[in-house]
Amino acid sequence: MRIPVLDAARVALNTYPFNRLRSFEERLGVIALALALLFAMSQSLLAHDFKVGDIEIDHPWSRATPAGAKVAAGYVVIRNHGSVADRLVSATGEIAGRTEIHEMAVDAKGVMTMRPLADGLEIPAGGQAELKPGSFHIMFLDLQRSAKEGETFRGALTFEKAGSVEVEYAVEAMGGEPGHNGHGHQNGHDDEDDGHNGHDG
Amino acid sequence: MVIRTVMMTRTTGTTAMTARTTVRPLQLVVSVAVIAAALLAVGVFLFGWGRNVPASLVTIGGPFTLTTHAGEKLSDTDLKGTPFAVFFGFTHCPEVCPTTLWEMSESLTTLGDDADKLKVLFISVDPKRDTPESLALYLQSFDPRILGLTGSEEAIRAIGQQYRAYWQTVPLEGGDYTIDHTASVFLMDDAGEFIGTISYGETMEARLEKLRRLISAEAA
Repeated sequence: MRIPVLDAARVALNTYPFNRLRSFEERLGVIALALALLFAMSQSLLAHDFKVGDIEIDHPWSRATPAGAKVAAGYVVIRNHGSVADRLVSATGEIAGRTEIHEMAVDAKGVMTMRPLADGLEIPAGGQAELKPGSFHIMFLDLQRSAKEGETFRGALTFEKAGSVEVEYAVEAMGGEPGHNGHGHQNGHDDEDDGHNGHDG
Repeated sequence: MVIRTVMMTRTTGTTAMTARTTVRPLQLVVSVAVIAAALLAVGVFLFGWGRNVPASLVTIGGPFTLTTHAGEKLSDTDLKGTPFAVFFGFTHCPEVCPTTLWEMSESLTTLGDDADKLKVLFISVDPKRDTPESLALYLQSFDPRILGLTGSEEAIRAIGQQYRAYWQTVPLEGGDYTIDHTASVFLMDDAGEFIGTISYGETMEARLEKLRRLISAEAA
């Protein structure tokens, strides 16, 4: 019985450069290398990173919104690998009619305060800005549709110096934390994480 | 207690000044008295003598009549005999409100049948936008036992004052606005008396323990 695909494979294996890999070990090595490359590529996909100039954007995420909700928040860690400070000056999200950058805090009396950052948010040179629950966030207003757990939605971040970059927000559960959608970063709060390690999710 | 200590310090202080000009041993005694009074004042400040005031003396809570998300009237008298948890918020709230409602929903699920022994109220501080209909839609995403409440601006302002809840409208671009507000959950016993609060960001364990205590306070 002749199977054309196997025939083709046999011919391919007997052609340069594969005919040079005679031993089982050599062929195993090539397969291992191919798998390693695939793994490395999938890592960067799972890490959910975006780059523009010296700015690295690590795992933008949001939370599922209640029915009829008109607002949502976006979170992300932004790293500046450059030697000059930059500013996140604006953001967009396809689910929102309008987007602002906000600072939020809960004071000692238990009062939640929220303020739009008119001049945007500084990303210090060689440092980072962490947009996370209870702190800075991207505020999506006039929601055109709800955000559903497990989906992603598109958006853009614009920096004063580095310019604009398209990103995707991963939508977590309503009270959820980043990284529960198979995008790595189990808890997402590890400041030492350079964005390329620990993606075991 | 505090006032009495302060007065004592003042009197001994004056005596000290007179003493310094006269007899030495008396000066020593007075110095010791002044130091003792100062230590007493520090003690009062640090350990809060007189701070064990029963919670009921701090008047948080009171009568109200508001409209539920189902369009029905609900007043404090309807809640007599049932402990309840109150949260002030609004639906145009990006984080604290949905998170708190979600955490309360999770807590009610964990409490199981015990959850039926208490009521959870979500009072809108944004009655202009939060109608019973919009609250009903919003609360579809949470435990059906959570009651949304809204009312006239006067009624909402009145219950806010009774609960010592704070809120403040903050204008945004394009005539839009957001609201700074107290993010704590108020826990009230079956007689409508204030028992304590759950702060934003407390762990699920702490929250569950407080809710369980609230339910068992009803049985006591």
